[in-house]
Amino acid sequence: MAVASSDTAIRSSNVTRTFIYLFLLLFALFYLMPLVIMVLNSLKPLSEITSGGMIAMPREWTIEPWLSAWSTAQIGVEPTGLRPYFINSIAMAVPAVAISTVAGALNGYVLTKWHFRGATWIFGLLLFSCFIPFQIVLIPMARILGLLEIAGTTYGLILVHVVYGIGFSTLYFRNYYAAFPTELVRAAQIDGAGFFQIFWRIMLPSSGPIIAVCCIWQFTNIWNDFLFGASFASGDAAPMTVALNNLVNSSTGERPYNVHFAGAIMAAGPTLLVYIVAGRYFVRGLMAGSVKG
Amino acid sequence: MAATDPMLDSGADFRTRLQAWLPKIVLAPSFAVMVIFVYGFIAFTLYLSFTDSRMLPSYDLVGWQNYERLFRVRQWDTAIINLGIFAGLYIVISTIIGLFLAIFLDQKIRGEGFLRPIFLYPMALSFIVTGTAWKWILDPAIGLEVTMHRWGWESFQFDWIKDSDMAIYTIVIAAVWQSSGFVMAMFLAGLRGIDNEILKAAQMDGASNFQMYRRIILPQLRPAFLSAFVILSHLAIKSYDLVVAMTDGGPGTSTWLPALFMYEYTFTRNQMGIGASSAVIMLMTIAAIMVPYLYAELKEQK
Repeated sequence: MAVASSDTAIRSSNVTRTFIYLFLLLFALFYLMPLVIMVLNSLKPLSEITSGGMIAMPREWTIEPWLSAWSTAQIGVEPTGLRPYFINSIAMAVPAVAISTVAGALNGYVLTKWHFRGATWIFGLLLFSCFIPFQIVLIPMARILGLLEIAGTTYGLILVHVVYGIGFSTLYFRNYYAAFPTELVRAAQIDGAGFFQIFWRIMLPSSGPIIAVCCIWQFTNIWNDFLFGASFASGDAAPMTVALNNLVNSSTGERPYNVHFAGAIMAAGPTLLVYIVAGRYFVRGLMAGSVKG
Repeated sequence: MAATDPMLDSGADFRTRLQAWLPKIVLAPSFAVMVIFVYGFIAFTLYLSFTDSRMLPSYDLVGWQNYERLFRVRQWDTAIINLGIFAGLYIVISTIIGLFLAIFLDQKIRGEGFLRPIFLYPMALSFIVTGTAWKWILDPAIGLEVTMHRWGWESFQFDWIKDSDMAIYTIVIAAVWQSSGFVMAMFLAGLRGIDNEILKAAQMDGASNFQMYRRIILPQLRPAFLSAFVILSHLAIKSYDLVVAMTDGGPGTSTWLPALFMYEYTFTRNQMGIGASSAVIMLMTIAAIMVPYLYAELKEQK
């Protein structure tokens, strides 16, 4: 069983292979441990945790912490639970993902199939904007949101996420469309197809995978954002990450650790679900955002 | 149909011209957004860093005063030293773990399809979730330490997160946990791209596994090393959420990083000028790493 198959050049002894398996399993445990601890401790009464039993199976199973985290836990000053903030995050992420993906697809199409002077420069500037530390835009953004009277609202956060999401979504589509045969576009042009017709009939039908990649990554980034949420919507409009942080760091008296863990899993849930359902695209997006596509 | 019909002609003309302009029109909104919200904002913050802005932006220039004050502030020292420790360890440890996981996974491992997603899933989580988990796991009162005591290892001690000299290292642990799987994925992609024929040839020439890795495989992974370095270093410089969730900069200010410094000085301590100057320094550091990298990537693609 442990003999390496013949089509690989690297052969290793049984001892080495045992070591490799041990190493990999050890790390699998390391990666799984925090998630397992969160799940187990969200299902046990607080007294079991405070008496030193964090790394143990629950003796008594309960879903009380989940109910509390969802609808009654103290977030900031209000005992609302995380539910309203979960809804905020959905209301923020869905439009922001949709708008930035559409913009990215059109930009990628223009930048690869309609060459004009300066296109590479524009792309370079867009690309760099993906990597700026957002601290550099916090102060003017706060001013602009104030001027537009959308400071502290979900609309404000949608605007922010669209604006700073376009760089990455353009990057995805540009790299994908760069490999798309330009001859097809030229042929369609000769046949009299216009700009949008070509996009609609020729580019979009083969864009399924990259649309998935883009949506998944925009969603993950936007859902997981904390800095913008904390800066521009810390009150009622706060997204899930900000609310979770408030829950964990502001509780006075005895800390309800089990509720914290339940809340953490709720905040992780949507992106984790996307990862489990569409992991393949997730990895692709990871690569497209780092190594060139 | 008469080709000279003026109505039709000008209509067609207009349509042709519109078609010619359409690509630019479609790109224009994104371009405008980028110019204003990215580069315009950078210029604005840069300007503010030379003004005496406190709680609100002010437009009175004060020269390099903010930068001079910034480098005299003790917390900025702390933030820079912490960034050095954090970024150094985070990049090195993530790269080593990622590289070994990738190499080992590439040995025709049974259950690779099962292991790989486990190594990578932390990337899908928010740093706030990661921070919450590790904050309590490493908390000596309820986490690892007290569990070890209960299991009979009475002398076990691990209270770094409460120790202002050691707390920054707990951030490294959580950050490595979150990103090393990502580095693994990058190296694995690199490894899968290496031509097996070259390796077979080397093996026939009597090269050992170790030699093959040192002489052939690792050198071919150079682009992956470079990408890993660039991505990890820019993540390190931007690190904010994880620290907020785990220690909120504490104990005291011992785990401040530049991103926390900027936020605190700008929005809590009403020293916007200094905050802006710290943001400019963060941007410059990232630009020094990203611009040459992106430039090389773009040039290569053309």
